[in-house]
Amino acid sequence: MSQPNNSVNRRTFLKSSALAGGGLLLSFTFLSAFKKGELPADLEAEDQWYEITGYIKITPDNKIKILNPNPEFGQNVMTSLPMIVAEELEVDWTKIIVEMGPHDNVKLGPQFTGGSNSVRMYWKPLREAGAAARQMLLLGAAQTWNLPVEELTAKAGMIYHEKSGKSGTYGEFASKAAAIAIPKGMKLKEAKNFKLVRNSQKNVEGQKIVSGKPLFGIDYKQEGMLIAMIEHPPAFGMKLKSFDATEALKMPGITDVFRQTLYEAGMEQGGFDTRTFNELLVVVGKTTWEVMNARKKLKVNWEPAGETKDIINGRTGKKEVVVPGKLETTSEQRKLMQEYANRPAQQLRKDGDPEAAFKNAAQIIERTYNAPFLAHNCMEPMNFFAHVEADKALLVGPLQAPAWTEPLLSKVLGLPADKIEIQMTRMGGGFGRRAYGHYLAEAALISKKVKAPVKLIYTREDDMTYGIYRPMYTATYRAALDANKNLIGFHVKGGGIPEHAIHANRFPAGAVDNYLAEAWEIPSNITIGAFRAPRSNFNAAAEQSFLDELAEAMGKDPIDFRLELLKRAKENPVGKNNEYDADRYAGVLQLVKEKSGWNKEENKKYSRGVAAYFCHNSYAAHVIDFINKEGKPTVERVFSAVDCGIVVNPDAASNMVEGAVIDGIGNALYGALTHKEGAAEQNNFHRYKMIRMNETPRQIDVHFVQNDIDPTGLGEPPFPPVFGAVANALYRATGKRYYDQPYGPQLNSAKRAF
Amino acid sequence: MISLTINNKTYNLDVDPATPLLWVLRDHLDLVGTKYGCGMAQCGACTVHLNGEAVRSCVTRVSQAAGKKVVTIEGLSETNEHPLQKAWLELDVAQCGYCQTGQIMSAAALLRKNSNPTDKDIDAAMAGNICRCGTYLRIREAIHLAADMGKK
Repeated sequence: MSQPNNSVNRRTFLKSSALAGGGLLLSFTFLSAFKKGELPADLEAEDQWYEITGYIKITPDNKIKILNPNPEFGQNVMTSLPMIVAEELEVDWTKIIVEMGPHDNVKLGPQFTGGSNSVRMYWKPLREAGAAARQMLLLGAAQTWNLPVEELTAKAGMIYHEKSGKSGTYGEFASKAAAIAIPKGMKLKEAKNFKLVRNSQKNVEGQKIVSGKPLFGIDYKQEGMLIAMIEHPPAFGMKLKSFDATEALKMPGITDVFRQTLYEAGMEQGGFDTRTFNELLVVVGKTTWEVMNARKKLKVNWEPAGETKDIINGRTGKKEVVVPGKLETTSEQRKLMQEYANRPAQQLRKDGDPEAAFKNAAQIIERTYNAPFLAHNCMEPMNFFAHVEADKALLVGPLQAPAWTEPLLSKVLGLPADKIEIQMTRMGGGFGRRAYGHYLAEAALISKKVKAPVKLIYTREDDMTYGIYRPMYTATYRAALDANKNLIGFHVKGGGIPEHAIHANRFPAGAVDNYLAEAWEIPSNITIGAFRAPRSNFNAAAEQSFLDELAEAMGKDPIDFRLELLKRAKENPVGKNNEYDADRYAGVLQLVKEKSGWNKEENKKYSRGVAAYFCHNSYAAHVIDFINKEGKPTVERVFSAVDCGIVVNPDAASNMVEGAVIDGIGNALYGALTHKEGAAEQNNFHRYKMIRMNETPRQIDVHFVQNDIDPTGLGEPPFPPVFGAVANALYRATGKRYYDQPYGPQLNSAKRAF
Repeated sequence: MISLTINNKTYNLDVDPATPLLWVLRDHLDLVGTKYGCGMAQCGACTVHLNGEAVRSCVTRVSQAAGKKVVTIEGLSETNEHPLQKAWLELDVAQCGYCQTGQIMSAAALLRKNSNPTDKDIDAAMAGNICRCGTYLRIREAIHLAADMGKK
């Protein structure tokens, strides 16, 4: 991965050629300008790649390369997205070279990893690219052989003319194919004819992962590269006042200590330009350890930042956001949330006459659920390489959203976007955190200041205490039952710091005649952002726990109760804009009921909890089985049912669901980030408990609903309902309902109640 | 000067003896398969072998490694065909992959002492390694699979 500085700037050349146009061989003119032996060593052996659509490159000797467009953070897109291309291209998968694509939104689409979007947004474009390239190769062969294209067939990287017995590799026709205009509207395969998609393929980077090859941003290195770290304020609401770096600068290896403003006053921020602190105290040196040591020698004065203003131009338009200056403490935040919960709130949806329903109710059940901030805790802490020169910038590292970050870099560096190259490395986790590209802007400004290639590294403490966290949430659910214990009214009122979590148009909206959803928000200086299934990751805990308690109060089986509501939502839906498909929702519940042996005698020994949820256009349900071990409820088994349409790479998809289940159990039991006077109280894994091997279930059975629906999301949907299933299982294990996350600390003295 | 034997190669380095072995491996020797995760022996991403024992290189001073045999993921097997590496690929364990080299190094130390570990043995030996993606179930299976390969 390291590139010597003195090599001919091939990347720059490739980029400019790519911009110059067409689908033609990129380096042909360039290479032909040299005589043999004159070429720099790293170009001498360069293959001649013909570009056939933006995603596919083929050499005359039939090497076939597929570019993965989307950043890889563990969701397996380096494998699954090229599989989609290969399915239509008709190639031998075992011979395909997969490479991470450059940042090029013209050729490679949106390139955004997040929102469980990778497969669903690339499904059609990648199939079309594969089919178009196959057709271009067929046309190239038809030209070469002077035969009608209809008489030719493509199979496993070869083109055949059955009548004459002629055959040739794709490579033989690549140069001709590359000159053909990309055909549109190609007929795509029917699902029943898939040969590669739906068949498990191993991670194409598996070998590199298990042998420790440099794959991640933090592994990236260039000759002459310096290491930079940022000394942040000790608390949200504080800022840098002054500093004395005399001692730090005397430390070995230290080259520079300086103050750097991140965003100039009044800079218009994009929706994902969230940054925690604006005045940075930067320490630069030769090695990581030297910089870490020098930071300890800094003498810094911090001061209250007071109220500040940000101008945000995001999805919902341009607005000025006032960031309060208060140093916040978790216990006070909780009190404030209770106050807000009792005030009138913004109405999000209303069906029927909920006020009358509650007035006439024979019984009202009301429960309040709370959840703390969560830190993403990606195993690879935030980092990025930057080399900013007078007229161009190169940035390399882990990032979910290059297309959103490039405009930010352009703003802070004052360089046109086409002079900024972002290379995406494999990410050591993301979970939403790396959609916020402020750390690229930080790295870039540091490189610009010190006029050298720099790698900015956050320590674990930096990463955990200055995060873009999952917000702090609360929600109060109320149900109105008539004298016959029928559900006649449903009310949810949710709030959060600084965002609420309520999805007003999701289940059980649509299934209850009288329905009201309301929400409120409390501004904060604690920075928040997307965290695996934003908002849903709280709703599915609260709402699914509430439905479980409601089913019990109504004397119904928790799965049957949900199925009844879904039947109503399908046959006679209430209101408009219901986001979910009641059949698919019921489908995962029925599947998990069957696979888990729900209500079967042999499973009575388990404390079982069920939950289901819809998000990112997919449906997931889990049954989680606890048993008591050494007096403590312990997760033993999990059954999962997921409907995400066509599953491209089934074994990897199962892995993703297993991971979501374990992540969900861990966060439900332990996840919490709290604050005192603005300072995060957890700064490393000794204080922030993560789920570990010894708390992992013995068994997770993952089942996918079989259908031919175009793929919907997978990375996020199985995560939220885990929280609800855990809470519901714990109730059965301990006889106690769990309303406040994390549940784990409440279990210490738990005894099985029944 | 500190003399180190890493993956059967000897290096003479002019570094502060207090430098953690992790940063010597990563910054000075470009052996980046050993990962930084927490810097305080909480996550196991930096696990290497010191005279055959699994240690956290982030809290092991380079001076403590002098004169001892250090093995990193890059030297676990010359051909990258250690049974654990093969088992990891067979079960396609990794998601993001960042913690997996540390997981494999912890597992290798376990298997050296206990060629036929139970689930309980694995849980105890691997509890110091965090996998944020939650691939623990596959890690557990892969260790059993590697143990089976070792028996053949």
